[in-house]
Amino acid sequence: MSSTTRGFVGRHTAAERDPRLPPGQYDARHDFPVLSAEVTPELAPADWSFRIDGLVDRPRSWSWDQARALPRERYDGPIHCVTSWSKLSTDFTGVSLDAFLAEAGPRAGATHAVAFSHTGYTTNLALADLTGGRAWIAFDFEGEPLTPAHGGPARLLVPHLYFWKSVKWIAGLRLLDHDEPGFWEVNGYHHRGDPWAEERYSGD
Amino acid sequence: MTDSIPAGPVNLPPIPAFAAPGRAAPSLRGSVDWQSATVVEVRRETPNAVTVRLALPVWHAHVAGQHYMLRLTAADGYTAQRHYSVASAPDDEGHIEFTVDRMPGGEVSGFVHDVARPGDTLEVRGPLGGFFAWPGDRPVLLVAGGSGLVPLMAMVRHRRRRALTVPLRLVACARTPQDLLYAAELAPLPGEEHTVLYSRAAPPGYPHPVGRLAADTLAPHAAAAVADERYEVFVCGSTGFAEHAGRLLTAAGVPTTRIRVERFG
Repeated sequence: MSSTTRGFVGRHTAAERDPRLPPGQYDARHDFPVLSAEVTPELAPADWSFRIDGLVDRPRSWSWDQARALPRERYDGPIHCVTSWSKLSTDFTGVSLDAFLAEAGPRAGATHAVAFSHTGYTTNLALADLTGGRAWIAFDFEGEPLTPAHGGPARLLVPHLYFWKSVKWIAGLRLLDHDEPGFWEVNGYHHRGDPWAEERYSGD
Repeated sequence: MTDSIPAGPVNLPPIPAFAAPGRAAPSLRGSVDWQSATVVEVRRETPNAVTVRLALPVWHAHVAGQHYMLRLTAADGYTAQRHYSVASAPDDEGHIEFTVDRMPGGEVSGFVHDVARPGDTLEVRGPLGGFFAWPGDRPVLLVAGGSGLVPLMAMVRHRRRRALTVPLRLVACARTPQDLLYAAELAPLPGEEHTVLYSRAAPPGYPHPVGRLAADTLAPHAAAAVADERYEVFVCGSTGFAEHAGRLLTAAGVPTTRIRVERFG
């Protein structure tokens, strides 16, 4: 329970708070803050690739052109950053991870994945959070190619979890039969990161 | 950060390591529990920045570079929370200090500037983040843009307070002299090299060009970090500043695996 802060008047009343905002989040409106722990790589589409390996029947990788040839989808819902900002409407275009996973063929024992970037950043996800039309490899934002700072040429997009799960400069998924914490998860962040449960840090 | 992600059931190609391992063992208790801290001082640093000093009932020493979350609650239950880097040294037992820039229309920064006063209680949780943190064990190059100096100043203060001898280089960029945080502390001590840069206006006789951080100005610092592979580089500032500084550092040959970046959105 939080206690009242003397003299604090928020931007909104509690009743006016947008119900699409998870607890503790604020609306960044037109801002799209950049948060990454490493130097932004200069990665040309020709140098980008995406692979799925580990517990799959057909480990493989896709070049830029191969990935772009898969059916495109659009996501225009909210995204939520653990640092407390949310964007309530977005406009990403990409390919559903279901399409990639269907080609790779997850084995029965696969329960989790480590998603990794071309910089070596990693994060862990339950396979159930990556399937069923809830995760994409995104190429475009608001009709333009993703900028390098936002993960271009391609990033993972898992908008129902805090955005550190949506790996920038995505390079691949390794399917595992267990949960293996990634970069932020070993640095004190929550293993799953559900914004509606405020799963920000270890122990939340 | 592990050196590589675990091998699967077959021989899988290794994932290149992202960076040196995280530097701070995250404090689970501190990161989970909200506590009511008492404001003991609010002091002005620049026309746009104040430092708020808090006394914490449950104090966990942070590692220089770590941050806390600050939560404000209105009478009707509305809450707003933001992350703030700790400016003070880890050995400042029982206390932490944040330096807060006033953001246009900022509901939290506006409160800290206009309302907060000694005796108030503010809710915090932390210390948080185990990556952008320096325990004082290796030489460092610190590159700060504006209020990006805050977590890096915690590192400078840590080195001084502990009388560490490990080399420290600081490149601090501000718009004008009156915007420079902690100016009174920005004279190098033995083992330190400082360069203060201004992007809009500089005092008379200032030796560096006024404007964006230039490759030539950064060159001697970057060369030191390249020459000694123990060096780690911490960059903190706006996105634009961090992207620019990151490009200059990598162009100067600093391996990206030794650069840690924190961006202010």
